Amino acid sequence: MNELAKKVLAGDVRSVARVIRNIDDGIPSVKDVLIDLYPHTGRAYVIGITGAPGVGKSTLVDQMIAHLRKKNKTVGVLAVDPTSPFSGGAILGDRIRMQRHSLDEGVYIRSMATRGHFGGLTQSTRTAIDVLDAMGKDYILVETVGVGQDEVDIVKNAHTTVIVVIPGMGDDIQAIKAGILEVGDIFVINKSDREGSDKTLGDLKLMIAMDQKKHDEGGWKPEIIKAQAVFDKGIDDLLVEIDNHRDFIIKAKGDIHPRRQPKKVREELIEMIKIQIMTQIMNKLTRTGKFEKAVAMIVKGEIDPYTACEDLFSD
Amino acid sequence: MKRKLRLMVAKPGLDGHDRGARIIARAYRDAGYEVVYTGLHQTPEEIVEAAIQEDVDMIGLSSLAGAHKYLFLRVIELLKEKDADDIVVCGGGIIPDEDIMILKQAGVKEIFTPGTTLDEIVKWVEDNIHPRID
Repeated sequence: MNELAKKVLAGDVRSVARVIRNIDDGIPSVKDVLIDLYPHTGRAYVIGITGAPGVGKSTLVDQMIAHLRKKNKTVGVLAVDPTSPFSGGAILGDRIRMQRHSLDEGVYIRSMATRGHFGGLTQSTRTAIDVLDAMGKDYILVETVGVGQDEVDIVKNAHTTVIVVIPGMGDDIQAIKAGILEVGDIFVINKSDREGSDKTLGDLKLMIAMDQKKHDEGGWKPEIIKAQAVFDKGIDDLLVEIDNHRDFIIKAKGDIHPRRQPKKVREELIEMIKIQIMTQIMNKLTRTGKFEKAVAMIVKGEIDPYTACEDLFSD
Repeated sequence: MKRKLRLMVAKPGLDGHDRGARIIARAYRDAGYEVVYTGLHQTPEEIVEAAIQEDVDMIGLSSLAGAHKYLFLRVIELLKEKDADDIVVCGGGIIPDEDIMILKQAGVKEIFTPGTTLDEIVKWVEDNIHPRID
Protein backbone atom coordinates (compact mmCIF):
# COMPACT_ATOMS: atom_id res chain seq x y z
CA MET A 1 0.00 0.00 0.00
CA ASN A 2 1.03 3.56 -0.73
CA GLU A 3 2.93 5.10 2.23
CA LEU A 4 0.87 8.28 2.26
CA ALA A 5 -2.38 6.29 2.12
CA LYS A 6 -1.22 4.22 5.09
CA LYS A 7 -0.63 7.35 7.12
CA VAL A 8 -4.00 8.82 6.14
CA LEU A 9 -5.73 5.65 7.30
CA ALA A 10 -3.84 5.95 10.59
CA GLY A 11 -5.29 9.45 10.94
CA ASP A 12 -2.02 11.35 10.47
CA VAL A 13 -2.99 15.00 10.04
CA ARG A 14 0.09 16.08 8.08
CA SER A 15 -0.45 13.35 5.51
CA VAL A 16 -4.13 14.15 5.17
CA ALA A 17 -3.24 17.81 4.64
CA ARG A 18 -0.67 16.87 2.02
CA VAL A 19 -2.98 14.54 0.11
CA ILE A 20 -5.69 17.20 -0.04
CA ARG A 21 -3.11 19.65 -1.29
CA ASN A 22 -2.05 17.23 -3.99
CA ILE A 23 -5.68 16.86 -5.02
CA ASP A 24 -6.06 20.64 -5.11
CA ASP A 25 -2.87 21.12 -7.11
CA GLY A 26 -3.81 18.34 -9.51
CA ILE A 27 -0.71 16.24 -8.88
CA PRO A 28 -1.19 13.04 -10.95
CA SER A 29 0.46 10.70 -8.42
CA VAL A 30 -2.32 11.42 -5.92
CA LYS A 31 -4.35 8.85 -7.84
CA ASP A 32 -2.31 6.02 -6.28
CA VAL A 33 -3.21 7.27 -2.80
CA LEU A 34 -6.88 7.59 -3.69
CA ILE A 35 -7.05 4.07 -5.08
CA ASP A 36 -5.75 2.73 -1.77
CA LEU A 37 -8.13 4.91 0.24
CA TYR A 38 -11.19 4.04 -1.79
CA PRO A 39 -12.11 0.79 0.01
CA HIS A 40 -12.16 2.78 3.25
CA THR A 41 -14.69 5.37 2.10
CA GLY A 42 -18.46 5.52 2.31
CA ARG A 43 -18.74 5.49 6.07
CA ALA A 44 -18.87 9.19 6.93
CA TYR A 45 -22.04 11.22 6.90
CA VAL A 46 -21.60 14.30 4.72
CA ILE A 47 -23.50 17.51 5.42
CA GLY A 48 -23.39 20.44 2.99
CA ILE A 49 -23.96 23.92 4.38
CA THR A 50 -24.57 26.72 1.94
CA GLY A 51 -26.08 30.19 1.77
CA ALA A 52 -25.31 33.78 0.85
CA PRO A 53 -22.24 35.55 2.30
CA GLY A 54 -22.76 36.80 5.85
CA VAL A 55 -25.68 34.59 6.84
CA GLY A 56 -23.58 32.87 9.50
CA LYS A 57 -22.56 29.60 7.87
CA SER A 58 -19.18 29.38 9.58
CA THR A 59 -20.66 30.18 12.98
CA LEU A 60 -23.30 27.53 12.43
CA VAL A 61 -20.65 25.01 11.44
CA ASP A 62 -18.63 25.95 14.53
CA GLN A 63 -21.62 25.18 16.77
CA MET A 64 -22.41 21.99 14.90
CA ILE A 65 -18.85 20.81 15.52
CA ALA A 66 -19.26 21.54 19.24
CA HIS A 67 -22.54 19.61 19.44
CA LEU A 68 -21.23 16.63 17.47
CA ARG A 69 -18.14 16.49 19.64
CA LYS A 70 -20.32 16.36 22.74
CA LYS A 71 -21.79 13.19 21.29
CA ASN A 72 -18.25 11.87 20.80
CA LYS A 73 -18.47 12.05 17.02
CA THR A 74 -15.37 13.03 15.07
CA VAL A 75 -15.73 15.83 12.54
CA GLY A 76 -13.99 16.90 9.35
CA VAL A 77 -14.68 20.29 7.84
CA LEU A 78 -14.06 21.51 4.29
CA ALA A 79 -14.58 25.25 4.12
CA VAL A 80 -14.65 26.47 0.53
CA ASP A 81 -14.08 30.15 -0.22
CA PRO A 82 -13.97 31.87 -3.60
CA THR A 83 -10.76 32.45 -5.52
CA SER A 84 -10.28 35.98 -6.82
CA PRO A 85 -10.89 35.88 -10.56
CA PHE A 86 -8.33 38.65 -11.00
CA SER A 87 -5.29 37.47 -9.10
CA GLY A 88 -6.01 33.77 -8.64
CA GLY A 89 -5.40 34.24 -4.92
CA ALA A 90 -7.89 33.76 -2.12
CA ILE A 91 -8.46 34.78 1.46
CA LEU A 92 -9.67 31.76 3.37
CA GLY A 93 -11.33 33.11 6.48
CA ASP A 94 -13.97 30.57 7.47
CA ARG A 95 -11.57 29.13 10.00
CA ILE A 96 -11.73 32.26 12.13
CA ARG A 97 -15.12 31.19 13.52
CA MET A 98 -13.97 27.63 14.16
CA GLN A 99 -10.51 28.13 15.59
CA ARG A 100 -11.59 27.07 19.10
CA HIS A 101 -11.66 23.50 17.76
CA SER A 102 -8.18 23.58 16.28
CA LEU A 103 -6.56 21.78 19.23
CA ASP A 104 -9.24 19.11 19.35
CA GLU A 105 -7.80 15.96 17.81
CA GLY A 106 -11.27 14.80 16.86
CA VAL A 107 -11.67 17.72 14.49
CA TYR A 108 -9.90 18.41 11.21
CA ILE A 109 -10.59 21.70 9.45
CA ARG A 110 -9.39 22.43 5.96
CA SER A 111 -9.95 25.59 3.90
CA MET A 112 -10.14 25.25 0.13
CA ALA A 113 -10.31 27.87 -2.58
CA THR A 114 -12.61 27.45 -5.56
CA ARG A 115 -9.66 28.03 -7.95
CA GLY A 116 -10.27 28.12 -11.66
CA HIS A 117 -9.82 24.55 -12.75
CA PHE A 118 -12.18 23.44 -15.45
CA GLY A 119 -15.15 22.06 -13.61
CA GLY A 120 -12.79 20.25 -11.32
CA LEU A 121 -14.00 21.88 -8.14
CA THR A 122 -16.82 19.44 -7.56
CA GLN A 123 -14.44 16.62 -8.23
CA SER A 124 -11.70 17.90 -5.93
CA THR A 125 -14.19 18.53 -3.13
CA ARG A 126 -15.61 15.04 -3.53
CA THR A 127 -12.13 13.57 -3.43
CA ALA A 128 -11.22 15.62 -0.36
CA ILE A 129 -14.38 14.30 1.30
CA ASP A 130 -13.16 10.79 0.53
CA VAL A 131 -9.85 11.51 2.24
CA LEU A 132 -11.54 12.77 5.42
CA ASP A 133 -13.87 9.80 5.25
CA ALA A 134 -10.95 7.39 4.96
CA MET A 135 -9.13 9.06 7.86
CA GLY A 136 -12.12 8.01 9.93
CA LYS A 137 -14.20 11.12 10.49
CA ASP A 138 -17.81 10.33 11.44
CA TYR A 139 -19.24 13.56 10.06
CA ILE A 140 -17.93 15.76 7.28
CA LEU A 141 -19.25 19.31 7.00
CA VAL A 142 -18.75 21.04 3.66
CA GLU A 143 -19.32 24.78 3.76
CA THR A 144 -19.67 26.82 0.55
CA VAL A 145 -20.98 30.20 -0.47
CA GLY A 146 -24.19 29.41 -2.26
CA VAL A 147 -24.05 31.68 -5.23
CA GLY A 148 -23.12 29.74 -8.33
CA GLN A 149 -23.61 26.46 -10.07
CA ASP A 150 -20.27 25.23 -8.82
CA GLU A 151 -21.36 25.62 -5.24
CA VAL A 152 -24.66 23.90 -5.90
CA ASP A 153 -22.70 21.05 -7.45
CA ILE A 154 -20.47 20.82 -4.41
CA VAL A 155 -23.38 20.28 -2.08
CA LYS A 156 -24.61 17.49 -4.34
CA ASN A 157 -21.81 15.50 -2.72
CA ALA A 158 -23.63 15.78 0.59
CA HIS A 159 -26.12 13.37 2.09
CA THR A 160 -27.96 16.24 3.71
CA THR A 161 -27.86 19.80 2.41
CA VAL A 162 -28.56 22.64 4.79
CA ILE A 163 -29.41 26.03 3.32
CA VAL A 164 -28.90 28.99 5.59
CA VAL A 165 -30.88 32.21 5.16
CA ILE A 166 -31.48 35.24 7.34
CA PRO A 167 -34.59 37.40 7.81
CA GLY A 168 -35.05 40.49 5.75
CA MET A 169 -33.33 39.27 2.63
CA GLY A 170 -36.40 38.93 0.48
CA ASP A 171 -34.43 39.15 -2.69
CA ASP A 172 -32.13 36.52 -1.40
CA ILE A 173 -34.95 34.04 -1.20
CA GLN A 174 -35.91 34.95 -4.73
CA ALA A 175 -32.43 33.97 -5.79
CA ILE A 176 -32.65 30.73 -3.89
CA LYS A 177 -35.95 29.96 -5.52
CA ALA A 178 -34.31 29.94 -8.90
CA GLY A 179 -31.17 28.12 -7.91
CA ILE A 180 -30.61 26.14 -4.80
CA LEU A 181 -34.06 25.57 -3.35
CA GLU A 182 -34.24 22.18 -4.97
CA VAL A 183 -31.10 20.97 -3.27
CA GLY A 184 -32.12 22.07 0.25
CA ASP A 185 -33.10 19.27 2.63
CA ILE A 186 -33.20 21.52 5.65
CA PHE A 187 -33.54 25.30 5.81
CA VAL A 188 -32.09 27.27 8.68
CA ILE A 189 -33.31 30.79 9.34
CA ASN A 190 -30.29 32.09 11.20
CA LYS A 191 -30.24 35.36 13.19
CA SER A 192 -33.92 34.61 13.76
CA ASP A 193 -34.20 37.25 16.47
CA ARG A 194 -34.08 39.80 13.70
CA GLU A 195 -37.13 41.50 12.35
CA GLY A 196 -38.89 39.66 9.58
CA SER A 197 -38.08 36.13 10.62
CA ASP A 198 -41.74 35.07 10.57
CA LYS A 199 -42.10 36.52 7.11
CA THR A 200 -39.08 34.51 5.95
CA LEU A 201 -40.56 31.42 7.60
CA GLY A 202 -43.81 32.00 5.74
CA ASP A 203 -42.00 32.45 2.42
CA LEU A 204 -40.05 29.25 2.85
CA LYS A 205 -43.13 27.28 3.93
CA LEU A 206 -44.94 28.46 0.86
CA MET A 207 -42.08 27.44 -1.41
CA ILE A 208 -41.88 24.02 0.16
CA ALA A 209 -45.66 23.60 -0.06
CA MET A 210 -45.42 24.05 -3.83
CA ASP A 211 -43.70 20.68 -3.93
CA GLN A 212 -46.61 19.04 -2.10
CA LYS A 213 -47.07 16.48 -4.84
CA LYS A 214 -43.50 15.28 -4.46
CA HIS A 215 -43.94 14.95 -0.70
CA ASP A 216 -47.19 13.03 -1.13
CA GLU A 217 -45.38 10.59 -3.35
CA GLY A 218 -42.97 9.79 -0.56
CA GLY A 219 -40.29 12.40 -1.21
CA TRP A 220 -38.50 14.18 1.61
CA LYS A 221 -40.28 17.28 2.85
CA PRO A 222 -37.71 19.88 3.84
CA GLU A 223 -37.82 21.16 7.40
CA ILE A 224 -37.32 24.76 8.48
CA ILE A 225 -35.45 25.62 11.65
CA LYS A 226 -35.08 28.96 13.36
CA ALA A 227 -31.64 29.44 14.83
CA GLN A 228 -29.29 31.95 16.40
CA ALA A 229 -25.99 30.24 15.84
CA VAL A 230 -23.99 32.83 17.74
CA PHE A 231 -26.07 32.12 20.90
CA ASP A 232 -26.06 28.37 20.27
CA LYS A 233 -29.81 28.33 19.70
CA GLY A 234 -31.47 25.94 17.30
CA ILE A 235 -28.44 23.72 16.79
CA ASP A 236 -29.94 20.76 18.65
CA ASP A 237 -33.06 21.00 16.49
CA LEU A 238 -30.89 21.11 13.40
CA LEU A 239 -28.99 17.98 14.36
CA VAL A 240 -32.23 16.16 15.12
CA GLU A 241 -33.53 17.06 11.66
CA ILE A 242 -30.28 15.91 10.08
CA ASP A 243 -30.71 12.58 11.85
CA ASN A 244 -34.30 12.37 10.59
CA HIS A 245 -33.13 13.02 7.07
CA ARG A 246 -30.43 10.40 7.42
CA ASP A 247 -33.01 7.84 8.58
CA PHE A 248 -35.15 8.82 5.63
CA ILE A 249 -32.30 8.26 3.16
CA ILE A 250 -31.40 4.92 4.66
CA LYS A 251 -35.02 3.82 4.46
CA ALA A 252 -35.41 5.03 0.90
CA LYS A 253 -32.05 3.93 -0.50
CA GLY A 254 -30.95 1.32 1.95
CA ASP A 255 -27.45 2.75 2.21
CA ILE A 256 -25.69 6.07 2.65
CA HIS A 257 -22.73 5.14 0.48
CA PRO A 258 -22.90 7.47 -2.55
CA ARG A 259 -21.16 4.87 -4.72
CA ARG A 260 -24.05 2.48 -4.25
CA GLN A 261 -26.29 4.83 -6.23
CA PRO A 262 -26.00 4.61 -10.01
CA LYS A 263 -27.05 8.26 -10.45
CA LYS A 264 -24.21 9.58 -8.29
CA VAL A 265 -21.69 7.16 -9.75
CA ARG A 266 -22.72 8.20 -13.26
CA GLU A 267 -22.26 11.91 -12.41
CA GLU A 268 -18.91 11.28 -10.84
CA LEU A 269 -17.61 9.19 -13.73
CA ILE A 270 -18.74 11.76 -16.30
CA GLU A 271 -16.98 14.46 -14.31
CA MET A 272 -13.78 12.43 -14.19
CA ILE A 273 -13.91 11.64 -17.90
CA LYS A 274 -14.44 15.32 -18.67
CA ILE A 275 -11.40 16.32 -16.65
CA GLN A 276 -9.30 13.56 -18.16
CA ILE A 277 -10.19 14.46 -21.74
CA MET A 278 -9.79 18.15 -21.05
CA THR A 279 -6.39 17.71 -19.43
CA GLN A 280 -5.05 15.47 -22.17
CA ILE A 281 -6.25 17.65 -25.00
CA MET A 282 -5.20 20.90 -23.37
CA ASN A 283 -1.77 19.49 -22.54
CA LYS A 284 -1.27 18.51 -26.15
CA LEU A 285 -2.57 21.78 -27.55
CA THR A 286 -0.45 23.92 -25.24
CA ARG A 287 2.63 21.78 -25.81
CA THR A 288 2.39 22.10 -29.58
CA GLY A 289 1.56 25.80 -29.28
CA LYS A 290 -1.56 25.31 -31.38
CA PHE A 291 -3.84 26.68 -28.70
CA GLU A 292 -2.08 30.05 -28.45
CA LYS A 293 -1.78 30.21 -32.23
CA ALA A 294 -5.53 29.83 -32.51
CA VAL A 295 -6.05 32.53 -29.85
CA ALA A 296 -3.80 34.91 -31.76
CA MET A 297 -5.62 34.25 -35.03
CA ILE A 298 -9.02 34.88 -33.47
CA VAL A 299 -7.77 38.10 -31.87
CA LYS A 300 -6.43 39.31 -35.22
CA GLY A 301 -9.72 38.50 -36.87
CA GLU A 302 -8.19 35.95 -39.21
CA ILE A 303 -10.49 33.17 -38.10
CA ASP A 304 -13.71 32.73 -36.13
CA PRO A 305 -13.69 30.77 -32.85
CA TYR A 306 -16.03 28.08 -34.22
CA THR A 307 -13.76 27.15 -37.10
CA ALA A 308 -10.71 27.47 -34.86
CA CYS A 309 -12.23 24.99 -32.41
CA GLU A 310 -13.06 22.58 -35.24
CA ASP A 311 -9.51 22.84 -36.53
CA LEU A 312 -8.04 22.16 -33.10
CA PHE A 313 -10.16 19.07 -32.77
CA SER A 314 -9.52 17.78 -36.26
CA ASP A 315 -5.98 16.98 -35.13
CA MET B 1 1.69 21.17 -12.75
CA LYS B 2 2.36 24.39 -10.87
CA ARG B 3 1.65 24.35 -7.17
CA LYS B 4 -0.17 27.18 -5.49
CA LEU B 5 1.54 28.87 -2.55
CA ARG B 6 -0.47 28.64 0.67
CA LEU B 7 0.26 31.09 3.46
CA MET B 8 -1.15 31.71 6.90
CA VAL B 9 -1.52 35.09 8.53
CA ALA B 10 -1.97 34.84 12.29
CA LYS B 11 -2.36 37.13 15.27
CA PRO B 12 -0.90 35.50 18.37
CA GLY B 13 -1.65 36.64 21.88
CA LEU B 14 -3.87 39.33 23.32
CA ASP B 15 -3.04 41.99 20.75
CA GLY B 16 -6.33 43.16 19.28
CA HIS B 17 -5.12 45.12 16.29
CA ASP B 18 -5.49 43.24 13.06
CA ARG B 19 -5.81 45.96 10.46
CA GLY B 20 -2.21 45.39 9.42
CA ALA B 21 -2.59 41.63 9.32
CA ARG B 22 -5.68 41.94 7.17
CA ILE B 23 -3.95 44.30 4.77
CA ILE B 24 -1.08 41.86 4.43
CA ALA B 25 -3.54 39.00 3.83
CA ARG B 26 -5.16 41.07 1.11
CA ALA B 27 -1.80 41.84 -0.50
CA TYR B 28 -0.96 38.13 -0.56
CA ARG B 29 -4.30 37.36 -2.16
CA ASP B 30 -3.68 40.01 -4.80
CA ALA B 31 -0.30 38.43 -5.47
CA GLY B 32 -2.12 35.20 -6.29
CA TYR B 33 -1.52 33.24 -3.08
CA GLU B 34 -4.04 31.39 -0.97
CA VAL B 35 -4.11 32.94 2.47
CA VAL B 36 -5.61 31.37 5.55
CA TYR B 37 -6.41 33.98 8.17
CA THR B 38 -6.89 32.71 11.70
CA GLY B 39 -8.37 35.78 13.34
CA LEU B 40 -7.41 37.41 16.62
CA HIS B 41 -6.22 36.10 19.98
CA GLN B 42 -4.63 32.87 18.90
CA THR B 43 -2.33 30.80 21.06
CA PRO B 44 0.88 29.54 19.42
CA GLU B 45 -0.54 26.02 19.82
CA GLU B 46 -3.67 26.91 17.84
CA ILE B 47 -1.63 28.61 15.14
CA VAL B 48 0.73 25.69 14.64
CA GLU B 49 -2.06 23.13 14.59
CA ALA B 50 -4.01 25.19 12.05
CA ALA B 51 -0.90 25.60 9.89
CA ILE B 52 -0.40 21.84 9.82
CA GLN B 53 -4.06 21.12 9.03
CA GLU B 54 -3.97 23.67 6.22
CA ASP B 55 -0.58 22.56 4.85
CA VAL B 56 0.70 26.13 4.50
CA ASP B 57 4.21 26.98 3.34
CA MET B 58 4.67 29.95 5.63
CA ILE B 59 3.20 31.45 8.79
CA GLY B 60 3.22 35.24 8.97
CA LEU B 61 2.86 36.39 12.57
CA SER B 62 1.73 39.89 13.41
CA SER B 63 2.46 41.47 16.77
CA LEU B 64 1.97 45.04 17.88
CA ALA B 65 1.73 44.46 21.61
CA GLY B 66 5.26 43.59 22.68
CA ALA B 67 4.92 39.88 23.42
CA HIS B 68 6.63 38.80 20.19
CA LYS B 69 9.67 37.31 21.90
CA TYR B 70 7.60 34.73 23.72
CA LEU B 71 4.93 34.16 21.08
CA PHE B 72 7.09 33.95 17.94
CA LEU B 73 9.65 31.72 19.61
CA ARG B 74 6.97 29.44 20.96
CA VAL B 75 5.60 28.99 17.43
CA ILE B 76 9.09 28.05 16.22
CA GLU B 77 9.50 25.62 19.12
CA LEU B 78 6.13 23.95 18.50
CA LEU B 79 6.83 23.54 14.79
CA LYS B 80 10.04 21.74 15.70
CA GLU B 81 8.23 19.56 18.22
CA LYS B 82 5.64 18.61 15.62
CA ASP B 83 8.33 17.91 13.05
CA ALA B 84 6.85 20.68 10.92
CA ASP B 85 9.73 23.13 10.90
CA ASP B 86 9.79 23.07 7.12
CA ILE B 87 7.02 25.66 7.47
CA VAL B 88 8.77 29.04 7.33
CA VAL B 89 7.94 31.61 10.00
CA CYS B 90 8.19 35.33 9.43
CA GLY B 91 6.82 38.21 11.42
CA GLY B 92 5.87 41.81 11.39
CA GLY B 93 4.83 44.64 13.66
CA ILE B 94 6.35 46.85 16.30
CA ILE B 95 9.54 44.95 16.96
CA PRO B 96 12.67 46.67 18.36
CA ASP B 97 15.96 46.16 16.50
CA GLU B 98 17.59 44.35 19.41
CA ASP B 99 14.79 41.74 19.35
CA ILE B 100 15.03 41.17 15.62
CA MET B 101 18.46 39.56 16.05
CA ILE B 102 17.17 37.26 18.77
CA LEU B 103 14.14 36.21 16.74
CA LYS B 104 16.15 35.58 13.61
CA GLN B 105 18.73 33.55 15.47
CA ALA B 106 15.93 31.42 16.82
CA GLY B 107 14.68 30.69 13.33
CA VAL B 108 12.29 33.45 12.33
CA LYS B 109 13.24 33.92 8.70
CA GLU B 110 12.40 37.60 8.33
CA ILE B 111 10.89 40.46 10.31
CA PHE B 112 9.06 43.33 8.67
CA THR B 113 8.84 46.54 10.64
CA PRO B 114 6.70 49.67 10.10
CA GLY B 115 7.56 51.44 6.87
CA THR B 116 8.03 48.26 4.84
CA THR B 117 5.88 48.48 1.72
CA LEU B 118 3.46 45.78 0.66
CA ASP B 119 5.42 45.40 -2.56
CA GLU B 120 8.61 44.70 -0.63
CA ILE B 121 6.88 42.07 1.49
CA VAL B 122 5.27 40.35 -1.50
CA LYS B 123 8.60 40.42 -3.35
CA TRP B 124 10.30 38.82 -0.38
CA VAL B 125 7.72 36.04 -0.28
CA GLU B 126 8.07 35.52 -4.00
CA ASP B 127 11.84 35.17 -3.70
CA ASN B 128 12.01 33.18 -0.47
CA ILE B 129 8.94 31.02 -0.04
CA HIS B 130 8.34 28.04 -2.25
CA PRO B 131 5.74 25.30 -2.08
CA ARG B 132 7.09 22.42 0.00
CA ILE B 133 7.03 19.54 -2.43
CA ASP B 134 7.47 15.99 -1.22
